Amino acid sequence: MNELMPEQFMFLSAALFIIGMVGVLTRRNVLVIFMCVELMLASVNIAFVGFAWEFSQMTGQIFALFVIAIAAAEAVIGLGIIMALTRQRDTVDINEVRELRQ
Amino acid sequence: MSSWLFLIPLLPLAAAVINFILGRWFLQHASQWLATLAVAGSFILSIPVFLEIVSDEQAISQHLYTWIPAGDFDIPVTLFVDQLTATMLLVVTGVGLLVHIYSIGYMHGDPGIYRFFSYLPLFVFSMLMLVMANNFLVLFVFWEAVGLCSFLLIGFWYRRRSAASAAKKAFIVNRVGDFGFGIGILLIFVTYGTIEYAGVFDMVGDASQTTITVIALLLFTGAIGKSAQLPLFVWLPDAMEGPTPVSALIHAATMVTAGIFVLARAYPVVSQSADAMMVISIVGIATAFVAATIAVTQYDIKKVVAYSTVSQLGFMAFAIGTGAWIAAIFHLVTHAFFKGLLFLGAGSVIHGMHEEQDMRKMGGLKKYMPITYWTFLIGAAANAGIIPLAGFWSKDEIILGTWLYDHTVIMVIAFITAFFTSLYMFRAVFMTFHGEERFNPDEVHPHESPRIMTIPLIVLAVFAATIGFIGFPPEDGWFHHFLINAFPGLTLPDVAWSTIFIFAGISTLIALSGLFIQYMAYVKKSISPAGIAGLLGPLYKLAANRWYLDEIYDVLIVRPLVAFSMFLWRFVDAQVIDGTVNGVATLVTYTSQQWRKAQTGLIANYVFAIALGAIIIIGAFMIFGSNLFQ
Amino acid sequence: MDSLPILSLMTYSPLVGALIILFWVNAPANAVRWIALIAASVSLVFSLIMLAMFDRSDSGMQLQETFRWLPDVGIEYYLGVDGISVPLVILTTMLVVIAILASWDAIQHRVREYMIVMLLLATGMIGVFVSLNLFLFYIFWEVVLIPMALMIGIWGSANRIYAAVKFFLYTLAGSLLMLVAIVATYQSYFEQTGERTLSVLQLSQGDYGTNFQMWVFLAFFFAFAIKIPLWPFHTWLPDAHVEAPTAGSVLLAGVLLKMGGYGLMRFNLPMFPDAAEAFAPLIIVLSVIAIIYGALVALVQTDLKKLIAYSSVSHMGFVTLGIFAFNAQGMYGAMIVMISHGLVTGALFLLVGVVYHRAHTRAIEKFGGLATNMPIYASFFGLFMFASLGLPGLSGFVGEFLAILAAFREYPIAGIISMAVVVLSAWYMMWMFQRVVWQRAPGEPPDHDDPELKLAGSEAPPKVAGGSGDHHHEDVDPRTLSDVNAKEILTLVPLALLTIWIGVHPGPFMELMQPALEALLEPFGGSGF
Repeated sequence: MNELMPEQFMFLSAALFIIGMVGVLTRRNVLVIFMCVELMLASVNIAFVGFAWEFSQMTGQIFALFVIAIAAAEAVIGLGIIMALTRQRDTVDINEVRELRQ
Repeated sequence: MSSWLFLIPLLPLAAAVINFILGRWFLQHASQWLATLAVAGSFILSIPVFLEIVSDEQAISQHLYTWIPAGDFDIPVTLFVDQLTATMLLVVTGVGLLVHIYSIGYMHGDPGIYRFFSYLPLFVFSMLMLVMANNFLVLFVFWEAVGLCSFLLIGFWYRRRSAASAAKKAFIVNRVGDFGFGIGILLIFVTYGTIEYAGVFDMVGDASQTTITVIALLLFTGAIGKSAQLPLFVWLPDAMEGPTPVSALIHAATMVTAGIFVLARAYPVVSQSADAMMVISIVGIATAFVAATIAVTQYDIKKVVAYSTVSQLGFMAFAIGTGAWIAAIFHLVTHAFFKGLLFLGAGSVIHGMHEEQDMRKMGGLKKYMPITYWTFLIGAAANAGIIPLAGFWSKDEIILGTWLYDHTVIMVIAFITAFFTSLYMFRAVFMTFHGEERFNPDEVHPHESPRIMTIPLIVLAVFAATIGFIGFPPEDGWFHHFLINAFPGLTLPDVAWSTIFIFAGISTLIALSGLFIQYMAYVKKSISPAGIAGLLGPLYKLAANRWYLDEIYDVLIVRPLVAFSMFLWRFVDAQVIDGTVNGVATLVTYTSQQWRKAQTGLIANYVFAIALGAIIIIGAFMIFGSNLFQ
Repeated sequence: MDSLPILSLMTYSPLVGALIILFWVNAPANAVRWIALIAASVSLVFSLIMLAMFDRSDSGMQLQETFRWLPDVGIEYYLGVDGISVPLVILTTMLVVIAILASWDAIQHRVREYMIVMLLLATGMIGVFVSLNLFLFYIFWEVVLIPMALMIGIWGSANRIYAAVKFFLYTLAGSLLMLVAIVATYQSYFEQTGERTLSVLQLSQGDYGTNFQMWVFLAFFFAFAIKIPLWPFHTWLPDAHVEAPTAGSVLLAGVLLKMGGYGLMRFNLPMFPDAAEAFAPLIIVLSVIAIIYGALVALVQTDLKKLIAYSSVSHMGFVTLGIFAFNAQGMYGAMIVMISHGLVTGALFLLVGVVYHRAHTRAIEKFGGLATNMPIYASFFGLFMFASLGLPGLSGFVGEFLAILAAFREYPIAGIISMAVVVLSAWYMMWMFQRVVWQRAPGEPPDHDDPELKLAGSEAPPKVAGGSGDHHHEDVDPRTLSDVNAKEILTLVPLALLTIWIGVHPGPFMELMQPALEALLEPFGGSGF
């Protein structure tokens, strides 16, 4: 049984982050984008927890907990916005919503 | 005596202010009496002042207050009377009083009479202050103030386009002269550190010859404007749009002679510069000649007298230029009386002819208005230089001066001009009062003017006939000995009686020949004026069109300046400056518009930009390490 | 100063009036007008008390009021007046009262807001002239800007938004540069002495490097040059003047332009004397250009207000001309030109307002022959026209002649060129006067005794004033306009009296300024005293 190396959780975190980012950049469905954002947050959490284990410090774990809490709050607001959006526009396609342009 | 000197100008000022404020609603015609009484008061007060100067031969002055206390530029208002001023005091208040009395008749029934009798005493006040100033700046103040009165009175019938334009023209053209005059005052102050006469005259020699010449010429520039010399005399004939008494007082007797007065006042400066004197005499003789040629061709009776005034002012100017200072002032005094008389006489004719000014529509008026005729004739003869009337003595002395001080060319031209003087004067007399009646007797009923107008005429005629004797015998009269005190360093030349007789003879001959020619032309009809005009061709046209001066100014100055102003406004202001300002604004807007395109509204793009930015920052940080932001 | 805080009372009494109007929501229009008038009059009375308390022999700041504000950064509430600010303050308080009277009938909609803006403006303008702390000064400077822009933008005529924005941006650009300069000066002084202060008097004691002075001088100078306005920063002025309501134009010409000249004398000269001397020739050149340029452009204007606006550019050129000649006559000249221009141009705008209120046009060609039916109006017009064209005996001449003399002593050519304005000013003012006040209404035939009628037979047909007589019937016939009423006379008389007083006997005014001007000139050798 090998010791967990930092590279391993770093790669995992980076891979998840990039997957999430690509998802945010490429997908058009608001819900999917939203899930991808959550994925990015989770990837950061993995990095935090991993480093906490690596350096035997609690700071990383505390940060991870913070991030989870904030992600929860953000999810509420984000989903709320999506709900309002679908009610208003009857669409979840991000390209249909270009109000910021004018 | 000097403690109530201030009353002399104050009385007309008070009358002017009261008439102006209360005239329209309360005083109405009473304003004419108030003004006349005030000027009469000034005249009466001037007499003892004059007598004191005569007996004491000492200048008197009264300090009133400090006008501008700006550091070392400290300007007092001080009344100052010496022989020159005392002479002017009597002329101004005397002629002024007669013109006031005359105006009561002439302006009778005019709805704006209160304005007239407010401006006229205001003019008398300004003119008195002008001659009583003791420094150049106060002189300049009232120099402008008489210009203001001239403006208001020329434009008295402001509803006439011609009168309004003439008033404006007079003021602006005068201001061209004032431009030079003002710079002259600046130069005097910078050179001598003071602008009070006494201080400046004491130190004249301290400045370089060039400076003195420049100062003298700048002062003369002012005189060119005010005393209607070439090339600025164009305003004076137009100024005849004003009521005739105004022309008599302002544009003949007093204001226009202010330029001559200033030159005489600045005698210690001007006489130091031979170059400046040369210029003055050339300009003077040219003015005298040009104006005389124009006067011969005019048909408007007032214009004839106006050009005659310009010509006589030219005589005074070249008298000063040739060094005949006292003769110039002598001519100023006699001219004030006979030219005032001529204008008032012309006014009487116009009044009797129902506002007709064209001599071609007159003729044979002698029998309708005998008093006007005889007084006008005396004035004309005095102007033409018929012995022994006032104009003869003074003009003859000026021409004698050119001989005494060796200006032969000027003397010859002066004799020619004197011939023209006689021509235009008697032409006016004969065209107006003799020959057949050219007006329509059904429409026009010529009549003699009321007594209030003829009495001033008679008084002036008496003076025009006799005032010359104060200067008798030539170069040695009472007036010369009196005035010589105002010109320190000047000596009266010794003239042999034979020389005097020769000159008097030539003058008289010239004057009589002019009379004779015009008598043949307009009474006997044996000479055809039109024939002569045709013979002269372009020369006649040149004179009749006033040497095209107005047109030249219009083409060379007015139009280009207006066009240039338009260019400044429409191009420099609107295009260049505002263009730059608006250009900056447009640039900002344009740049913003370009940046706006980045705002697609697609969240994906924004996120991509964020990610890209994060990568760039992190990358830079990794490459440069923590030195990046130091 | 532990007795009455007279300067604060004077500065804030208009503000109190504004607050009363603000909180009395349903005030009837007349009550609003009276409150504004009373507030402004109280301010005027306080300013006259200030004049009485002012010691004319003292060159320093008087009636000082200080109040700790943010002492750590050198910001304090610091007021004081000297011989330079006192005349300008009184000019301001007086013109505000006159402006309120002039708006009495002219402003009929949004009276409440108008008066609030007016009173705010008053507080700002007085504050500019009395504050001695740069921070406070800057606040007041900006306080002036906004109400003025509002006044032009809301109560102005047709093209008002453009004019308001232009005015706002122009001035703001200048004042932002000034803000930078203030901070720079503050920092430099701190580095020299270790003391943090924004007091003008203290900052004037600083010793700044020449290079630093140049830049900071320029930054201040731009702010003030735009306000004056000096050529080529003047193009906001004609637009602002033309579009502003009458009272706005009066205050703009009467007070706002003076803030520029005052700023130069209060800040630029004492703080950066080396730079001032270095830039003087350049500024003299700009001044001479402004003087001639303004006069020439005024010559071809067709709009009454625009003509007067361009004449302002010309007149205000004498202020910088006088200041930067650095001698006694120049300083006196600049001050008197400022006061005189405030009175005369203010009055001319009032006069334009009178006919604009009646005829709803400012085009010169629509008028004519006003002297016939408006004789009192014509008299005032004539008086102020002559004052404006520099007739001696009226206020304009004293200031302008002194400024020209000052310039002539140092830069003879500049003096000579600017002297040419005596011809041009007479030309444009009389050209306007002739067409508006004299002659006849457009299209009106000559009177029966007019010689033009006689010319008809012999020469060209009589030209009728105003040309072909094709005036539209919606135009008001100038012959029907009524003469100035009592209220209008009330606004004009004090200006007329002061104009004559300064012209005939400027001594008292000059004595008031003398110690302060002498002190101001000290770093420059103080020549001429």
